[in-house]
Amino acid sequence: MAYSEKVLDHYENPRNVGAFGKEDDGIGTGMVGAPACGDVMKLQIKVGKDGIIEDAKFKTYGCGSAIASSSLVTEWVKGKTLDQALDIKNTAIAEELALPPVKIHCSILAEDAIKAAVEDYKKKHNG
Amino acid sequence: MLKFPIYLDYSATTPVDPRVAEKMIPYLTELFGNPASRSHPFGWTAEKAVEEAREEVAKLVNADPKEIIWTSGATESNNLAIKGAAHFYSGKGKHIITVKTEHKAVLDTVRELEREGFEATYLDVQENGLIDLEVLKAAIRPDTVVVSVMFVNNEIGVIQPIAEIGEICREKGVIFHVDAAQATGKVDIDLAKLKVDLMSFCAHKTYGPKGIGALYVRRKPRVRLEAQMHGGGHERGLRSGTLATHQIVGMGEAFRLARLEMAEENKRVGELRDRLLKGLSQMEEVFVNGDMAHRVPHNLNISFAYVEGESLIMAIKDVAVSSGSACTSASLEPSYVLRALGRNDELAHSSIRFTLGRFTTVEEIDYTIDLLQRKIGKLRELSPLWDMYKEGIDLNTVQWAAH
Repeated sequence: MAYSEKVLDHYENPRNVGAFGKEDDGIGTGMVGAPACGDVMKLQIKVGKDGIIEDAKFKTYGCGSAIASSSLVTEWVKGKTLDQALDIKNTAIAEELALPPVKIHCSILAEDAIKAAVEDYKKKHNG
Repeated sequence: MLKFPIYLDYSATTPVDPRVAEKMIPYLTELFGNPASRSHPFGWTAEKAVEEAREEVAKLVNADPKEIIWTSGATESNNLAIKGAAHFYSGKGKHIITVKTEHKAVLDTVRELEREGFEATYLDVQENGLIDLEVLKAAIRPDTVVVSVMFVNNEIGVIQPIAEIGEICREKGVIFHVDAAQATGKVDIDLAKLKVDLMSFCAHKTYGPKGIGALYVRRKPRVRLEAQMHGGGHERGLRSGTLATHQIVGMGEAFRLARLEMAEENKRVGELRDRLLKGLSQMEEVFVNGDMAHRVPHNLNISFAYVEGESLIMAIKDVAVSSGSACTSASLEPSYVLRALGRNDELAHSSIRFTLGRFTTVEEIDYTIDLLQRKIGKLRELSPLWDMYKEGIDLNTVQWAAH
């Protein structure tokens, strides 16, 4: 399969790999996917007191496109409010990385990961 | 000096040995005659070359040259053997037995016979990839006409108990076909001893050219086949079509070299394979697929847990290998062979088949070990599943949000 240069770049040099302590202040964690399907993404956001996402980290088990999609969204969510982060659509991710049709599910998974991380944060801080 | 990419996919195909290529070339140019031409020396020369090659193929497997039929390759041999015998003996019964881990050339041939009204049993294998002889015995019925079992599995390299299966089939009066495409030059084959009725061969897995193969058809006791290809009545009417002299000469030379050199070569290649296994086994959570004792010396099929197969193949693009999963296509489909061993999807996805060969060097193996160790380390650093494993979480107990 031919990968776009952007996918290869994120795959070779993934941004923001790592993890925050799950119970640390201001952290929201989302984990989506399943090993049997061939991809699992874990996305974490660190939200400041002003409600802006200060930092993000990820770990992904999956193909090159899945790794690239999650690496990309860690860059995109930084500096955004939670609502702005929720506005990131899989189509934008797929377009930015020039994903082929068989890899669109990777961008959908990345969108789901943002939603799951934001939901986790809200549950911990508003609940 | 290492040359990239490093070729470790010898079970897909081998290069033609330069000694083989050299022997083939004159039969493309000055010695171009049709071996079926009886009226002039052009034909006589070609015929002599074809018969010498037939002797070489027969010698490697201790058969009579009269028992060797030229075909275009193992796929055609499998088709001719299974369809030809099933059709010829269909008066006796319409039941065929094969194994779930066979090559598609056998499985799809049997499927086609099922469409024609035959019944088929696909035997399970044990966790080590070998068939259970008791399971085979239990599957044989009074109307069973053909049993087809491969000598060496193409993905995991395990060697099936062909001698024992032959005894069972002969006793029950069932035709026994063996796909030996991956076995020549790797395993000693003695058809004077083995009770095998039909055996498929090809040249291009044994340093010969692509597009040429052979089928062994036993004469004593005589095995009959219905031809699949009709025409000029070549190969005693079993396979019509002008013989590809240069290809045949290539196969003969390749099999001659295999006979002379296999003992030494298998020792050398086996040592390299063991070196590879030892190097890769330094990592945690690495699993060999298939039996290690009943296995050809050049094959290593291995799964790296918590690393996804496609990203792994991407990471080691300097090394040409096969993946246990066809996930570069639209569907993420793990290997049916690994599934038949009972491997879960996740381990089947993360498997790699290394197959070494005549031109593999120790430097190439050491490079490959180092590359795999670095890349798997990196991918595991990236893997949330690896973190969970390290935290002692059993992944089977996790409720995954499937998508």
